[in-house]
Amino acid sequence: MMKFIVSVLLIALLSFTICLYMPWWSIAMVAFAISMIIPQKHYLSFIAGFLSLLLLWGGLAWYISAANHNILAHRMSPVILGKDAPMSLIFITAFIGAFTAGFAALSGSLLRSIVGNKMPS
Amino acid sequence: MRLLYFFVSLVITIALIICFGSSAWLPLPLGRFLSPQQGIWQNAEPVNQDFSALLQMPQIKDRATVYLDDRLVPHIVANNEEDAYFIQGYLHAKFRLWQMEFQTYAAAGRLSEIVGDVALDYDRGKRRLGMVYAAENMLKELEANPLTKQLTDSYTAGVNAYINSLPESRLPVEYKLLGYTPEHWTTLKTALFVKMMSQTLAGASDDLPMTKARAFFGDKALRVLFPQVADSLDPVIPKGTLFPPPSVLPVAPASADSLYLGRDSLAGMLKEIEKPDPGNGSNNWAVSGAKTQSGAPILCNDPHLTLSLPSIWYEMQMTTPTMNAYGVSFPGAPGVIIGFNDSIAFGFTSSERDVLDYYAVQFKDGSKSQYKFNHEWKKSDIRIEEIKIKDKPSLFDTVAYTVFGPVTYDNSFPEATLPNTPLATRWKAHDASNELLMWYYLDRANNYDDYLNALQYFTCPGHNVAFASKSGDIAIWQQGTFPARWNRQGLYIMPGEDSSYMWQGFIPRDENPHIKNPERGFVSSANQRAADSSYPYFIPGSYDLYRGIAINRKLKAMEGITPEDMMKLQTDNYNVFAETARPLLLKYIPAGKLNENEKKYLDTVANWSLYNNIDLRGPTLFTLWFDNLKKQVWDDEFEKAGVSDLLPSDPTLIEALLRDSAFRYIDNISTPSTETLADVMLASFKKTAANADSLDAQNKLTWGAFKNTTIYHLLKTKLMPFARTGLPIGGGEHVINAMKHDHGPSWRMVVSLEKETTAYIVYPGGQSGNPGSVYYDNFVDKWAAGGYYKAWFMQREENEGEKKLWKMEFVGR
Repeated sequence: MMKFIVSVLLIALLSFTICLYMPWWSIAMVAFAISMIIPQKHYLSFIAGFLSLLLLWGGLAWYISAANHNILAHRMSPVILGKDAPMSLIFITAFIGAFTAGFAALSGSLLRSIVGNKMPS
Repeated sequence: MRLLYFFVSLVITIALIICFGSSAWLPLPLGRFLSPQQGIWQNAEPVNQDFSALLQMPQIKDRATVYLDDRLVPHIVANNEEDAYFIQGYLHAKFRLWQMEFQTYAAAGRLSEIVGDVALDYDRGKRRLGMVYAAENMLKELEANPLTKQLTDSYTAGVNAYINSLPESRLPVEYKLLGYTPEHWTTLKTALFVKMMSQTLAGASDDLPMTKARAFFGDKALRVLFPQVADSLDPVIPKGTLFPPPSVLPVAPASADSLYLGRDSLAGMLKEIEKPDPGNGSNNWAVSGAKTQSGAPILCNDPHLTLSLPSIWYEMQMTTPTMNAYGVSFPGAPGVIIGFNDSIAFGFTSSERDVLDYYAVQFKDGSKSQYKFNHEWKKSDIRIEEIKIKDKPSLFDTVAYTVFGPVTYDNSFPEATLPNTPLATRWKAHDASNELLMWYYLDRANNYDDYLNALQYFTCPGHNVAFASKSGDIAIWQQGTFPARWNRQGLYIMPGEDSSYMWQGFIPRDENPHIKNPERGFVSSANQRAADSSYPYFIPGSYDLYRGIAINRKLKAMEGITPEDMMKLQTDNYNVFAETARPLLLKYIPAGKLNENEKKYLDTVANWSLYNNIDLRGPTLFTLWFDNLKKQVWDDEFEKAGVSDLLPSDPTLIEALLRDSAFRYIDNISTPSTETLADVMLASFKKTAANADSLDAQNKLTWGAFKNTTIYHLLKTKLMPFARTGLPIGGGEHVINAMKHDHGPSWRMVVSLEKETTAYIVYPGGQSGNPGSVYYDNFVDKWAAGGYYKAWFMQREENEGEKKLWKMEFVGR
């Protein structure tokens, strides 16, 4: 459980930091690296990556949009979703981050189990 | 097995990154686009954003401060000119970068770079009109003059200082949507912007359809259908004013009657390049102190343009030791464009004069390198235009330049297969000029002489420049450099083989229509013809008529005028055109032949107050009826003539019918019978009633619902969520409050030149171009309701104003 919580927190923290300098997809690199370093069951690694970015991106988008009184989300959601739905735009943001990081974490975890067999853990 | 799982998972991860990171599968790269730290969420400005900042920039010579008030209007306090213009450029970029760049891409015919080949025809049209050529000619003048060189250099440096400091995450949202990044600003872009205004306001020409119409109707008939002076004209310069005899006497070529005014069928109908909205115009007026309550002059101006978000205007105040100017600026150009200072106020309306003509040229061969001129083959300058296209190879377009200007239309444009005569464009906006110098001096003018001195630098687009000063003068000049034409010169395509058809000279500036401190106590203009037929030059144009009548009638009757009275006048919805036309319509409609339903509609028109108010049905029914009447009268002839996009004006029709109820064009030439005025009235009204039934079924019969006043984003219908629709504002064509569907008062200003200048202003937009900002459209509702803000005209010594909300400090190294 501890490993899971640490994974979630580390992925979130490092994703936030690296995205100050690097493109958005560097969240995948972070999730991949963390789940290679912290051994967990594959499905837990996936959930850690998924949950971490779901919370980070969802939280950030929600926080920004709340301070903006959803002005931008009201204008952008019809462009992207075809209807005026600020909350949906926040959820979509969160899930894009979540799936990307989730599969990256799963890949990291799977790679560890291949490479890890040949090295002492 | 594990290896397989790993690869599957890895492939999914990579696929997600590609999918969300590019437009390969999704219409937008959603990952990049929605990433909270890089994408559009970064454009969601907190509603309580703090705009205060300390900015250290090596280009700043001295300390300078910008106070931003509660409407986000900046008040620049600088100690020298360079810093003031640098900061203006910086602020324009900070709040309007995407717009200013997009507009200059459009002017330069470069939209295909951004949006792909859908814009190719648009771009080719701009190149072939010579927009870049015109801007380059202006650039040379700007750089040759030390004053304008300095101010444009400072301005450009300011724009670029902002662009250089802009991280990708903070790019305006339109860049993220369209997937490109800004390039550096240049003075050429400023020149392009000015040329865009020239095209909007002085790029109109009906020469092509008129030439086509001449073949069918003949010049004599077209003199009636397109008269130079309307019967009810109330010109800018009051009737009875004496004009000096002309000092330039243009001579019609000996061959004009046969080669020019005859009915040859030169040039078939072409698809023309995009023409400016014929409704572009404005109102301005100034009343003398004798007519105001305070005893001080009041100047008013409301320029009518296609409205947009972000607005074409950006409000600001600029103070330096040599100026204290307040008003609106163009993001893209230095200076205050319409406004006032401590001593004077100034406002513009378009002169609507024709300064664009076409000449038919004959190339020697397909290379376009030589053309026939005065019995010889003359070499043309070939300019190869590279039009870059997003995701596609560039298109190279060859444009030949002649003594007249660029050959806009030839066998490769608009369509390669059209066997038309090549047409060269002679356009005043191509000539070198330095319009920025006018604004430089106008922003600093103290009196009438300064104003007059400033005006000399304004050549195109021609304008009626209203003026009022604290010293009590009011004046209006129709300013611009206009060709001195022989009678009917330039109404049709002219022969391009003979130098005698060229413009022979220009009207000297002091012979331009003007008036200072007239007896009637006011000056005004509303795009009507500047002078009646006693003006000694031939001045064709696309003039308005009724707004001028309405304004002058009101101003004549008013005494003890207050700024509030002026606000009421600017937002007046009374329809003078309907006042003229309705009695005629009602007189000739055979009411007995209408059914009950139609009679009900007729009663609505008959009892209408003549105000174009949003809750009334009268204006909708009247407008529909008159439109149907126009079709009944004109369509048969004009369709037969093969002329589209050109009809005689509303005033021409109504004045013709008032003169002669048996006007020959009433008859429908495609029927064997002879229609009377009563017949066409009945037919057009029955059509109107049918239109009205279907509109009523959709709840669109009231004027507000029918007009559906809309301010589109600059990307028009592609981005409707960024627009404002269904705005509750009345008015319309021929009405002082000239608000049509998406075209109308883009800035309203009332300036009372009392000891302390008081100004009331509003525009349909907001100071920020960011759709994620509360300041994107926060003036719109007030504007629609006819409300105004009182401008905070800050004085330099004012240290702590209650309106100062934020403070941006600029310091050098």
